[in-house]
Amino acid sequence: MSDHHGDDHAREHDRPLSGPALRARALESLLVEKGLVDPKALDELIDTYQTKVGPRNGAKIVARAWTDPAFKKRLLSDATAAIAEFGFIGRQGEDMVVLENTPKVRNVVVCTLCSCYPWPVLGLPPVWYKSAPYRARAVIDPRGVLKELGSEVPEDVELRVWDSTAELRYLVLPERPAGTEGWSEDELAAIVTRDAMIGVAQVELPARGKR
Amino acid sequence: MNGVHDMGGMHGMGPVEIEKNEPVFHSQWEARVHALNLACGYHRKWNIDMGRHSRERIPPAEYLAFSYYEKWLRGLEMLLVENGLVTPKELATGRAESKASGAGVLRASEVAGFLRVRRLARMDDDVPARFRPGERVLARNDHALGHTRLPRYARGKRGVIDRDHGVFIFPDTHAMTRDKKPQHCYSVRFAACELWGQGASARDSVYLDLWDDHLDPA
Repeated sequence: MSDHHGDDHAREHDRPLSGPALRARALESLLVEKGLVDPKALDELIDTYQTKVGPRNGAKIVARAWTDPAFKKRLLSDATAAIAEFGFIGRQGEDMVVLENTPKVRNVVVCTLCSCYPWPVLGLPPVWYKSAPYRARAVIDPRGVLKELGSEVPEDVELRVWDSTAELRYLVLPERPAGTEGWSEDELAAIVTRDAMIGVAQVELPARGKR
Repeated sequence: MNGVHDMGGMHGMGPVEIEKNEPVFHSQWEARVHALNLACGYHRKWNIDMGRHSRERIPPAEYLAFSYYEKWLRGLEMLLVENGLVTPKELATGRAESKASGAGVLRASEVAGFLRVRRLARMDDDVPARFRPGERVLARNDHALGHTRLPRYARGKRGVIDRDHGVFIFPDTHAMTRDKKPQHCYSVRFAACELWGQGASARDSVYLDLWDDHLDPA
């Protein structure tokens, strides 16, 4: 158990930066001084997750699956390989599983023990996904959570909750909404949301005229 | 360990609130903490399961009060000290007493490649599977003091093997002794009513990824 915490708390109250901001700055400068990290590499890591990796990646996968039956088949049988066709590989996406929503089955993904999430296709997880309310409730009351989030599941639809307890990472393939016949892959990708790929929302048509 | 991190099924945590147009990081220090965790992992002094276990060992009151990246910051401090990259005194004073010896360091030009490397959670070891899809299993009612990926809410419950994911590192030992103990990991389906009683929907189920050492035949 750590025995070093608390050292800084008393003096932090007088400073303009908040506690964790100060601690993070102190730790970074220590690690740089020791030669354990290169601050330029930190900049590059931050830029990667702020600008290069995010839910637009997953949306491309979904749009392709909606328009290319052969790709969809590959995606459902070997998601890791199919997703790698787009170059979305690596950290926190080493072994992917794609879960298909149908009119009779909906899937929801959670990590009750920590914050496991498919980084290469969705980026870093949002705060609510990592929060105590979602981690506590998604397994015991998924219908209640979805109803609160405006995505009520009809009684005759089966709900499957996937608790990410291993190094498998889950991506939900949402249902393609009616009224999108003939849309291009790019147009389809634009309406696919992060929350639909976690399973707490469905893909909706944009309000009239906004397409 | 029966820690507060094992949250599945707890009551009283409040509503799930989704922030509209949420930024990737809410402040610069969060971004630095995330990057520091990845850059320190480059030294391979600990594995991902040890990392998870460090955050699980944050005292419960703090765990609940901390924001997400505060937990990652505290966990990283613990890992650095416990694995000898930083001394307790250095952490307390913020001043280096010595330079790291001979360690390579992650450079900006290596970041893209570093993030694309497949880490080896999946193993090639030829280990026989104890169960086949469709078989009924009982999750063990174990209350290990150390790390485990078998949540409390599934212990002692009956499920069905849905699919065999293949052979993976066993995190429960990997976090504690670095023993990989390769074995099959399965997706196991538990009926919602088995986990939560008759008030749950008879249609619904929860799938957990569990290993041979978590399961017995039912």
